[in-house]
Parts: sequence; C-alpha cells; structure tokens
Amino acid sequence: MISLWGDMNRRGQVVVALALLLLLVAPLGATRYVLSVLTLILYFVYVGQAWNLMMGYAGQLSLGHALYVGLGGYVSAALWVHFGIGPWLGVFPAVAVAAAFGAAIGWLGFRFGIEGVYFALLTIAFAEFTRIGFDHIGFVGGAGGLFIPYEEQRLGQWWNLRGSQLFFYYLAFALAAAAVLLTALLARSRLGYQWIAIREDETAARALGIDVFRAKLKAVLISSSMTAIGGVFYAFYYNSLFPAQLFDMGRSIELILGPIVGGTGTVFGPVVGAFILTPLGEILISVTEHLGINAPGAKAVFFGLTLMTIIYLVPTGVWPWLSRKLGLARRRP
Amino acid sequence: MSPLLAVADVGKRFRGLVAVDRVSFTVEAGDIFAVIGPNGAGKTTLFNMIAGVLAPNDGTITFRGERIEGRTPDAVCRLGVARTFQIVRPFPGLTVEDNVVIGALLHRTDMAVARRYARDILATLDLFEKRDFRASALTLPDRKRLELARALATDPKLLLLDEVMAGLRPTETDRMVDILRGVNRDMGVTILLIEHVMRAVMALAGHMLVLHHGAPIAQGRPEEVVRDAKVITSYLGAEATF
Repeated sequence: MISLWGDMNRRGQVVVALALLLLLVAPLGATRYVLSVLTLILYFVYVGQAWNLMMGYAGQLSLGHALYVGLGGYVSAALWVHFGIGPWLGVFPAVAVAAAFGAAIGWLGFRFGIEGVYFALLTIAFAEFTRIGFDHIGFVGGAGGLFIPYEEQRLGQWWNLRGSQLFFYYLAFALAAAAVLLTALLARSRLGYQWIAIREDETAARALGIDVFRAKLKAVLISSSMTAIGGVFYAFYYNSLFPAQLFDMGRSIELILGPIVGGTGTVFGPVVGAFILTPLGEILISVTEHLGINAPGAKAVFFGLTLMTIIYLVPTGVWPWLSRKLGLARRRP
Repeated sequence: MSPLLAVADVGKRFRGLVAVDRVSFTVEAGDIFAVIGPNGAGKTTLFNMIAGVLAPNDGTITFRGERIEGRTPDAVCRLGVARTFQIVRPFPGLTVEDNVVIGALLHRTDMAVARRYARDILATLDLFEKRDFRASALTLPDRKRLELARALATDPKLLLLDEVMAGLRPTETDRMVDILRGVNRDMGVTILLIEHVMRAVMALAGHMLVLHHGAPIAQGRPEEVVRDAKVITSYLGAEATF
C-alpha cells in the first residue's frame, strides 16, 4: 500500500487525496437526490471494477455480470426474508453461490477452449438461463419479485443494512475504495502480471510457464465474488428484486460501460467512467423531461450518441487520456 | 551421466502425412545443439513436440530423467525448458522490463526480486537502456533479444530457439552469436536451436542433426556433418561453402 502511494507522482497523489476528501465530506453539502446519485456512481465504480479485473486485466469478456449481481442479491435477500439471517452473514453464502456459477462458467469456457466472443455468449447464456429459472422459483417470489419488507423497528439497524441514505452512501464509498485498492494491488501482483500476459498473448504466456487455465479461473472467481457483494448492496438498498430486472442483459451492459468509457485495464478507468456516465444519464433524464420530450427511448438515443462520441474521441478510454493531459502518468517512449 | 534431453523414436503424423519420422537424438548438458534442414523437413514440428505444443504419435521425450512428451507448454516450461518463437511474440502493450518480469515471476514470487532479476538479464542482453520502451516500439533485432531475455528469465536448463537469426543482418547475427555463446557459457544454459543461417550454426553448434522429409539423415559434429554427401545434396547444395 505504501509503495502504491509512493509510485504515484506528486500531482497524482494530490488529485487522489482531494477526490477522496471531497467524497468523504460530500454528504455535508449534498441534497438527498445528489447523495443518491453519488451512491449510484460509487456502486458502479465497485461493480465496474470487478468486471475490469476480469476483462481489463485477464482479457476475458463477460457480458453476463448481472448474473452475479442477481445471485448475490437474491441469496442474501432470501436468507433475510425467510430466515432472518442478516446480510453481514448472508453475504458469505451469496458470494459462494455466485463464485460457484463463476467457476462453472470458467471451467466450461476455459477447459474447452471457448474464447473471445464465444465465451461472452456463454456468460450471456448463463445469465439468461438464471433469469428464466428465477422467474419460476416460488420461494423467491418468481416473476412477481422478492421484497425486503419495510420494518419500523429495524430502522437504523445499519448492521442489517437497514440504514439511511447517508449510511448507504458511505457503504458504497467503502466498497468502491476497497475495489480500487484491490485492483491496484492485484495489478502489480504476480497474478496480475499473469493475467496481463494472458490478455496480451495467451500462447506466449503459456510458453513462459503460466498455467493459463488456473489464472483465468482465479480471475472469474475473484470477479464474480466481488460482483456478488455488489448484489447484496443492491438488494438491501433498493429492497425489491425482480428477475427480469436484475438478470437482464441490459444490466450487464450498463455495468461494463463505465470501465469501457473510463479505460479497461487501468485502476482508475472504472472510477472515471462511472463519474461520467451515471451523471450523464441523470442529466439526460432531466433535460428530456424539461424539454417535454416524451418519445420512448429518447434518453437512450442521446446516451448512445454521447457514448459514441466519447469512444470515437478517446478509444482507449477517458482515464489514460486524462492522466496524460494532467501529467499524472509516467512518460513512456 | 544421462543426457539433459533424450528424444527417442519420435514420430508425428498429420492426417497420414508424416511430418516427423522416428527421430532420435540426445542433447548433453552444456552443449549447443542445432537442428537444420530444408523448409518442410519437420524441424518446427519436432520443436513443438519438445516444447509441449504438440503431442507425438510415437516415441518418448525425456528431459532430466522425466518423460515430457504430451505435457502442456506451461508444464514443460516449469520443468526448465524455455522457448522463443520463430515469429517473435512479445507482449506488445507492456514495457520491455515488464515483459521480462513476467518470465522472472515463474520461479520468483516477490515482485522486487523478479524485477531486479529482469534488469540483470536486460543488462546482459543490451536492452537495459530500453527497459521503459513499449515492446511494440522495438526494432526486430531488439525484439528478438527481448524474446530471448524473457525466455531466459524463466531460469531454463534448456533453451529452444526457433530460427532466432531469421531476418537479422550479418552484423546483427554475429552479435546474437556472441550473446548466445555467453548465455551458454556464463549462465550454463544448454541450447537447442533450429536454424537456417549456416554461418551462425557453424559458429555455435557443438553437435547437429539434419532432417530431411521428417527423417534424420545425418548427425554429429558440424565439421563432419557438412561434409556428408547426403547433406550436401539434400540441403546445402553442391557448391555450398563456408
């Protein structure tokens, strides 16, 4: 951790410290609405970072990460609703279930050489199957959804994630910060280097003695576990879970846009991406409302156009470009 | 003492086409052993079987007393056999140093130790000044040396070099010959190379094997082999001179 800090140049340290400080004191001046947007941003930083580890570092494209969010959310919510097991305990089975699904997908994909877009299809298929499955599991409410009831006497039980908006903000902040730190540590670890080698050239990685199967499997396990924790957060923040909403392909896409726009395979890319996209979505909603444009999909069209513009201008992501502009990165010939 | 590498009656067929036909040879520790032959003679297939890319149909490959035929490339590398590729494939987006660090991490878990070792190797191969360059920014001769550096960083006992001289100019070839001599002598690495550049082969090899249509036609010390009538007609040409 100390070497992590020491590796940044002066300006980088100042920027990171300022950003952390701003986020810490943000609730002092923020309205409830702004705080909810910030919470959403930090949530997307967290899950985006989880996806970034798998795609940005290990080079394995998952288009079904909603699966892990959904499993994490459903397992923890069901344990709470049916057995009164709190999320602090429920998070462990939630992670275990998601990791088991991740292991199954990874094993199938990596053992049988399903690569690139075909691996991505496999991840979509699992998310879709699971969505259809959950539509028919009566125990968790089926298509009708699972609800975490509002209980007056539990209000303020933060240890059961029954906290206020402020509490959820700081929880999201802690999750996001931990994810960024974990990514930074992994990126400069032996495993991180193995992932990067695999991403860059799998054949060459093998020739250097890297057990590609194991390294990739670790990537899926870490990524799916992290994402499941995001799912627990989601469940107790929103209190309602619908298969059609949680496991939807759109959810998987939404989750990966941040890292793509911010820059995959970088520590701060998913952070920057989430801070651009989530507010952008909010702004577009209010602008279209303000202008009285009620055409369905109007927001999506503007959102898409903005995305295309960003990706056209900075194809490797906003963060690498930004850090160059601000002189935060070491120069390389 | 048993040889470092023993290839015995190894054969490989692709849909009935015999690529390698019952090839046997041994490489002693400390030697530089060259495999030569015209294009299509089965050199790269043989090489790929030793490196674990292909499994032979027949025969055995023994490295330090352990059977390695049919193992995966990463398992073979972990045992101490490193290779370079005919068409170099460094990790393009990484720096020169990080390329070598990845190799060094095979037997080192500590990042700082691996980085220090990588720098030592880069210094040995005249790449130290370029350690912060992206690998994609290097010239071909530099990339060839980088590929060699990365392989050496895995602490091999045996180094497999697939046409490491191809595409190099004569001065660069001589430089590579010097480097390989140093690697062999100072680092104690045994070398098995496939090579077309006879000038380099004659300068380096202690022993050699000539393949023709997948079968061995001559084996021995270079000065004997190049006088062999079969070798001259099939590969070197009647007027070959060195």
